[in-house]
Amino acid sequence: MRIGVFTCWCGENIARHVDCQKVAEAIRNLLGVHCSVDYKYMCSDPGQSMIREQIRNGKLTGLVVAACSPHMHLKTFRKAAEAEGLNPYMVEMANVREHCAWVHHDREAATAKAIDIIRMAVAKVQQNRPLAAIRVPVTKRAMVIGGGVAGIQAALDIADAGFEVVLVERDPSIGGKMAGLSETFPTLDCSQCILTPRMVDVGQHPRIKLHTYSEVEAVNGYVGNFKVTVRKKARYVDITKCNGCGDCWNKCPQKKNLSEFDFGMGKRTAIYVPFPQAVPARPVIDREACTMLLKGKCGICAKKCTRGAINFEDQDQLITEDVGAIVAATGYKLCDIGKDEGRYKGYGEYGFGRYADVIDGLQFERIVSASGPTGGEIKRPSDGKTPKSVVFICCVGSRDDAKGCGYCSKICCMYVAKHTMLYKHKVHDGQAHVFYMDIRAGGKNYEEFVRRAIEQDGAEYHRGRVSRITEHNGQLIVRGVDTLVGEAMTIEADLVVLATAMRPADGVESLAQKLNIGYDEYGFLSESHPKLRPVETNTAGVLVCGACQAPKDIPESVAQASAAAAKVMMLFARDELTREPEVAEVNEQTCAACFSCVRGCPYKAIDEADITDRQGRLIKRTARVNPGLCMGCGTCVAICPSKSVDLAGFTEQQVYAMVESLV
Amino acid sequence: MQIGYYPGCALHGSSNDYERSVRVCLGRLGMELRELDDWVCCGATAAHSLNAKLATALPARNLAIAERDGIDQMLAPCPMCSMELIKAGQALAASDALRREMSEIVEQKVSGATGVLNLIQVFQQIGLERIQKAVVQPLSQTKAACYYGCLLVRPPEQLRFDDCENPTSMETIIKALGAEAIDWNYKTECCGAGMTMCNEDTVLDLAHKILTDVAAHGANCVVVACPMCHVNLDMKQADVERRYGVTHRMPIYYLSDLVGMAMGASGAEMGVDRHYVVA
Amino acid sequence: MSETQTKHDFEPKIVAYVCNWCTYLGADLAGTNRLEYPPNIRILRLPCTGRIDFNLIVKAYEMGADAVLVSGCHPGDCHYTSGNYHARRRWMLFRVLLEGIGFDMRRVHFTWISAAEAKKFQEVVIDITEQTRALGPYGDFRKLLEAPVC
Repeated sequence: MRIGVFTCWCGENIARHVDCQKVAEAIRNLLGVHCSVDYKYMCSDPGQSMIREQIRNGKLTGLVVAACSPHMHLKTFRKAAEAEGLNPYMVEMANVREHCAWVHHDREAATAKAIDIIRMAVAKVQQNRPLAAIRVPVTKRAMVIGGGVAGIQAALDIADAGFEVVLVERDPSIGGKMAGLSETFPTLDCSQCILTPRMVDVGQHPRIKLHTYSEVEAVNGYVGNFKVTVRKKARYVDITKCNGCGDCWNKCPQKKNLSEFDFGMGKRTAIYVPFPQAVPARPVIDREACTMLLKGKCGICAKKCTRGAINFEDQDQLITEDVGAIVAATGYKLCDIGKDEGRYKGYGEYGFGRYADVIDGLQFERIVSASGPTGGEIKRPSDGKTPKSVVFICCVGSRDDAKGCGYCSKICCMYVAKHTMLYKHKVHDGQAHVFYMDIRAGGKNYEEFVRRAIEQDGAEYHRGRVSRITEHNGQLIVRGVDTLVGEAMTIEADLVVLATAMRPADGVESLAQKLNIGYDEYGFLSESHPKLRPVETNTAGVLVCGACQAPKDIPESVAQASAAAAKVMMLFARDELTREPEVAEVNEQTCAACFSCVRGCPYKAIDEADITDRQGRLIKRTARVNPGLCMGCGTCVAICPSKSVDLAGFTEQQVYAMVESLV
Repeated sequence: MQIGYYPGCALHGSSNDYERSVRVCLGRLGMELRELDDWVCCGATAAHSLNAKLATALPARNLAIAERDGIDQMLAPCPMCSMELIKAGQALAASDALRREMSEIVEQKVSGATGVLNLIQVFQQIGLERIQKAVVQPLSQTKAACYYGCLLVRPPEQLRFDDCENPTSMETIIKALGAEAIDWNYKTECCGAGMTMCNEDTVLDLAHKILTDVAAHGANCVVVACPMCHVNLDMKQADVERRYGVTHRMPIYYLSDLVGMAMGASGAEMGVDRHYVVA
Repeated sequence: MSETQTKHDFEPKIVAYVCNWCTYLGADLAGTNRLEYPPNIRILRLPCTGRIDFNLIVKAYEMGADAVLVSGCHPGDCHYTSGNYHARRRWMLFRVLLEGIGFDMRRVHFTWISAAEAKKFQEVVIDITEQTRALGPYGDFRKLLEAPVC
């Protein structure tokens, strides 16, 4: 082995506290060291040229650069070595700046430590082996999970760029929460008017394959090469035969089921299309409500269907899709106060679920929406009366660690302002009251919007909390405090709307586990870096966008969806991917096939494999690492009882050599 | 079955009807009460608003006696007492230093390990099934408004008992007796408590609100599990009626009264005849 | 162990096994912030605390370490999702084993230090160095090695 050691002064940074010349001299005599030099700036052009010249002339087979942190310049020096024909994985760095010169001011001790650090690196590099980057092919086809506005945007962007997209939606129609909103802040444009054309685009796009009423069952594979199993739930309607005429749902006798789309504010039949603009505009039978499916009695829809599209024998189907990248856009739900358990249990004082006229923000959206159960006329749920006084309460379940979530739900300040405006525009003699903690209206035209609600539409804003809501003869008595006035106050209201916290949609934790991505204590999916990698996750090829990552409004969700789409396109712009070769490998000769590593691997990157002879007879079983999936954490190395797994770049030999150099 | 019993000042004083009721009722359910030897006041509001050390030391002394006598579970029918005992017990269990300090002050070793229960929790421990089996006279005519007041469920972090804003545990027991539990507004509002001494107007106002709402929701009696609530709703009811010019005539029962009566105990036996408002 | 050695006659040797993504970067940040600490520590960079097995820790004592530090990402923050949980579980078992053979548990340290916790890194290193200095050299480890196998 011919190792070159290059000690950098980093100007004064290292040289001030470390005697670099002395270091270079001490290292020169180590076994295997061919040359040891020090220089003012190793990372500079002349510094790198000098290294390259030494590699060339000294026929170096290994390199140690004693300078800053490997997180800073390891790539730089590996590139320089590669340019000279030396395998980049034969380069190691000794961190004598951050871990030595910058933290120790006793020159003698710092110099001695620097020598130790370099000796460790030299010991390691002696055990290094050339490694080649791993190449994996890319399936240029993406999956988007969730068909709300974020999923729709991501799917359209990717498809418009020329790649195929598989869009998986849990509900019978795409559209998500946005399809149910009345009008949107801060422009008050109609939500459906802007969303439904995009839904149609998705439905008609030649490169988008839509699986509605479907859920992701399992995810296998790795970046560029995922195999996703999708469960298509039994719809009991053959959507290839159905033409969406409506004869079935118009005749269905089971009319009293609460509509999910209306958040329980309206009713639907057992065979139903969630809303008229649904994509696909094909019905589905609710297996919990249909008497034919439950008791074998009825079947009116099948008799009315002229195309024979109804199939009561329908079964769930499992299908597999090959994709190269996955975008999770599973969205949110509102904190279901009164029903939620554990940390979210609280707010019994607001009587949500006890009093019919205490509703949440999304329910209010439906009763102001022109497409809603009241046709856009504001009527309260209990008796259909037009409410003349409405109280809106902000921060219910959010910004409240004691009985809800600690985070700010972000969109409520804005939609509450919007609600007060919509209410005033429809009930001119009505009065809206808002109890708030702070008004958070950061965003383009947002603050102006809130001012309009207060100044033009006369919403009464009270800074304070509500302590209790009681009901007397059909009237809600809201007791709260206005901390700016400094007085307790009581408002008689006909309707109370709670701005409940946004929480991630149900089942997101199990999806995250299937995708092998992280989620926080509330269940929001974790991005790879909060600032610099906001849509990537810690699993390569899996991206997140929209409210499944954190509370977000529509503009932000859409922007993030386009960002995720751009990341997918970056991935698909290449025909194959290269990955760091610092991955684990099993010695199949010594593997005892206990498969502890298979269970321990955080990436499910190790499989159980058979070794057979030419006749196909089993010789032995062994663990086998899939290098495409392995992220190189090395957990398997520490787990393996027979020491049959090793991690390239951090092999047992390398690590022990380093420890042994410390004598 | 035996359980420790901490009566507190009220049950040996103005609310001795509550004590009689608890003893008779639990006795019929086979529960023997072992009164804590040489107990002292829990400190109540007076101690915790003036002197934090005293507010821990008083209950700590009671807990120390319980530990010494091998009582691992103790009923404190007054919510103020149970709250103070639980709070002190938790503080003791959490801090080594406090245990040492308090052991020194009360001159006995104290660890805070004794479980302190309110009346509802004791019924829960006995179990609905056993209570149901013991019912001989289902209270089919009773429409009860369960009134928890403030201290039975608060502070929630420490008591960890029921939903502090919309509790339902008392209702569950009432229903087991064959009675109807009506839903109403002021289950956990304050009755005015000790204000009854210094600011009677406040108490009368609060009591009036509570009594009015109870009636408006169709109840024919109120059930409480707190001596203070009982005083303010029962003893003060005549004052409320006089002040507001109304007739409430709303009987106020302790939870143990109703359980006892359903099991066939007589009102007189349990001190119900000592209530001011007669059913 | 020679109890007579005075404090500063003895410079303890401390080996730290740290993960690449949290503690190593925390140590980098300590450097960037010029947070001074005693130079007795030698840091070995590994991808994840999940990679660290018992033998590596024992090896450090064999090579004359007076104390060993294992430090990685906080629970929930692992770059590899769950490697640090494996490390923690392994540590729970290893601890019992070490205690059982009469190992001096004051000489092995396990902490979580994130990439942002430069100050904590400094404090931990100062703390361990001072503690170990007070304990003196770990001569007893030799005796453990030479003890008859039962």
